Amino acid sequence: MNNTKTAQHISPRLELINISKQYPGCLANDNISLSLMPGEIHALLGENGAGKSTLVKTIYGVVAPDTGQLIWDGKEIEIKSPSTARELGIGMVFQHFSLFETLTVSQNIELCLSKPQLASIGNLAEKIRQLSQEYGLNIDPHRYVHSLSIGERQRVEIMRCLVQSVKLLILDEPTSVLTPQEVSGLFSVLRTLAAEGCSILFISHKLHEVTEICEKATILRGGKVINTCSPAEETSHSIAKMMVGDLAEQEAGYSKKEGTEVRFQIHDLSLSTQHPFGTSLKHINLELKAGEILGIAGVAGNGQDELMAIISGEDSRPVNAHLTMKSQPIGNLKTAIRRQLGMAYVPEERLGRGAVPDMSLTENTLLTHSQGFIKYGLVQWKQLKDYAKQLISDYSVKCHGEFSEAKSLSGGNLQKFIMGREIGQRPDVLICAHPTWGVDVGAALAIHQALLELRDQGAAILLISEDIDELFLLADRMAAVCDGYLSPIVRTQNTNIDQIGQWMAGTFINNQQHDADMLQETTA
Amino acid sequence: MDADFIAQILFSAIKTGTPLLFIALGEVICEKSGVLNLGQEGMMLMGAVVGFLAAYSTGNMAFGVLAAMAMGCVMSLIFGVLVLHLGANQVATGLALTIFGTGLSAFVGSDFVGKTIQGFNPIPIPYLSSIPYLGKILFEHDLLVYLSFIMTVLIMYVANKTRLGLTLKAVGENPNAANAIGIKVLRVRYLAIMFGGAMTGIAGAYMSLVYTPMWAENMTAGRGWIALALVVFASWRVGRIMLGAYLFGLASIMHLVLQGFGWTISTNLLAMLPYVATVFVMVIISADKFKEKLLAPRSLGKPFDPRHMA
Repeated sequence: MNNTKTAQHISPRLELINISKQYPGCLANDNISLSLMPGEIHALLGENGAGKSTLVKTIYGVVAPDTGQLIWDGKEIEIKSPSTARELGIGMVFQHFSLFETLTVSQNIELCLSKPQLASIGNLAEKIRQLSQEYGLNIDPHRYVHSLSIGERQRVEIMRCLVQSVKLLILDEPTSVLTPQEVSGLFSVLRTLAAEGCSILFISHKLHEVTEICEKATILRGGKVINTCSPAEETSHSIAKMMVGDLAEQEAGYSKKEGTEVRFQIHDLSLSTQHPFGTSLKHINLELKAGEILGIAGVAGNGQDELMAIISGEDSRPVNAHLTMKSQPIGNLKTAIRRQLGMAYVPEERLGRGAVPDMSLTENTLLTHSQGFIKYGLVQWKQLKDYAKQLISDYSVKCHGEFSEAKSLSGGNLQKFIMGREIGQRPDVLICAHPTWGVDVGAALAIHQALLELRDQGAAILLISEDIDELFLLADRMAAVCDGYLSPIVRTQNTNIDQIGQWMAGTFINNQQHDADMLQETTA
Repeated sequence: MDADFIAQILFSAIKTGTPLLFIALGEVICEKSGVLNLGQEGMMLMGAVVGFLAAYSTGNMAFGVLAAMAMGCVMSLIFGVLVLHLGANQVATGLALTIFGTGLSAFVGSDFVGKTIQGFNPIPIPYLSSIPYLGKILFEHDLLVYLSFIMTVLIMYVANKTRLGLTLKAVGENPNAANAIGIKVLRVRYLAIMFGGAMTGIAGAYMSLVYTPMWAENMTAGRGWIALALVVFASWRVGRIMLGAYLFGLASIMHLVLQGFGWTISTNLLAMLPYVATVFVMVIISADKFKEKLLAPRSLGKPFDPRHMA
């Protein structure tokens, strides 16, 4: 903003020349060159593991490159730490927010400012209010971060950069946690910023967003720059092809099915949360039929975790008749019994819930497959190992072998393994959160196929995801959660992204009902 | 029971609570940065023996206190290198530090057992000490007690009102995020640990130079552990730590007081009062799951390795 006069929009704000970074066993960045003009919105595209994160961390001073040059406003520089980056005017909004929940918004922002910056601002809270107004961010400086929604937290992160008169803003998959309406809000903020001369580096793998907002895109694959193009002149298909290499078959138009009998049911379930930052469930009603996939959309933190925990039995509070499976109340049963009855479960948190980090894949397989592999109280290691090997090859899990520890796998690979393990139980009811989050396109396709196959064999599948596109692709019926309420459930053909987006923002919540619940919660 | 007697009891409660206060003030800073140091008892014993040796051989009390502080720092630095640099388990390392300090202090001090020195003299503060009752309770102490008053106010101010306090809280809540915004997490944690060590050193010196001006093996008698419980008791709030320290101090002199009244309760039963109080408070705190999670530093006891950030 304040350097536009000297730069005159002629020289690039940032230029990367032949940046390379080697990690043990993987060349994360291979001779990457890239240039960013002031006021340009530039997309960095690529699959997971393409090297996007490493590259932006290099720019932000978190990772030191092995070779290569960084040129900032025409001068070669070395960015040794995030604080150097911030002094230059580089701001970053992380995918997993780097906010402190027990501090207020203004305290969070204060921590990022150097003493002279703080002194030049004067009254920080006032400055936040003023910028908030200017960019339509709607942030109250005195609120505690733990009381903010995900969308609000992201705006706090952006505010944190704005306060420092940012010249280059890096956003790491900023839209993955937002409702469609929040996304358009974010885009208008970004456009205002760009119009003032701020460069924006936008990491994403959602092609339609990139074509909507970015002037230029750099596509990475396997640590190398594959192409730099202008998204407006390309089609989604051609960009996807550059990202993936040989494009796997287009995942469109999976057949939709209508379920048969009700396999799993939740009746009027209200349950207060046990976590200070959690969401209480309110009057949840849901019928899951055999042979269908029911998708539940929603922004993270709107009750999905609580819902998953009570269905799986991890939250062990008895809710007897509120949950039924195959017409039998299961609300008081332990997790293991529910599994024996035919329920399988893929939690959001892979390491720690879905798999034990320090145990091998073989041992992790045994955890949910205990019946088949134990004879006379002894583990049948031979069969178990063969089965684990089978899973690894069926789902093309990249690892050293069935003896690898779960924590040594990348998130996407571990997810493939866990999905395979759970689908392999041939469950009657599969409860599944974010099945393809962080998984590459090819493997996602394999997981989709496996889910559809399972459905066609008559399983009832509950799919909880933040990825609306995926839900539209897979789900036969859909609903959304907001603030612990579940929206009406509709057939996927009869709805559209706008309606689901509205529901994710809570438009379905009946005001009177909401007030009554709030009253009950405060008096309880 | 007259008012003078009560004032006398409260005066003693403050005196008894002071070493607890020093340790707990140091430990709360350490824990706010996310590090749990269970080595307090060992550090305190080393502080006590080194403080006594230094004061005994030079005849200079202040030098004794400084030596004890330095010893506390060294002990905590050993702990710091093990848990921060080498990523050792904090609980196990802390326990080891206590066992190490107990043994080493007995060894170092073996020739000095039973020797006595003239400890710190009480310095009544002019004017303030002549306030009826209150003056007797608060302002007729020795220098170290006054130092503990000052430290409490100072730490309360730093923790709640300054940028340093914010940084400390940030590091203890989410070290990864703190690292990402450019806070040097390990440096903050080293400093916090060493501050804790120095405070515990002073507490040790207080035992061997003021409370009972002599050295005896294991003379701290579990105060390091009570102070650890005190931090939880006070739910990491500085003001409550001071209150709690004096409450625990009172509880541990209760058996003397009650004996004075001719009550014949076993002293062993009374001596366990502070521990019972701690268990009681822990139960109350953990009954409210909401509060429990909000109060404790979120990453307490968890190692942080910046090399795993990439």
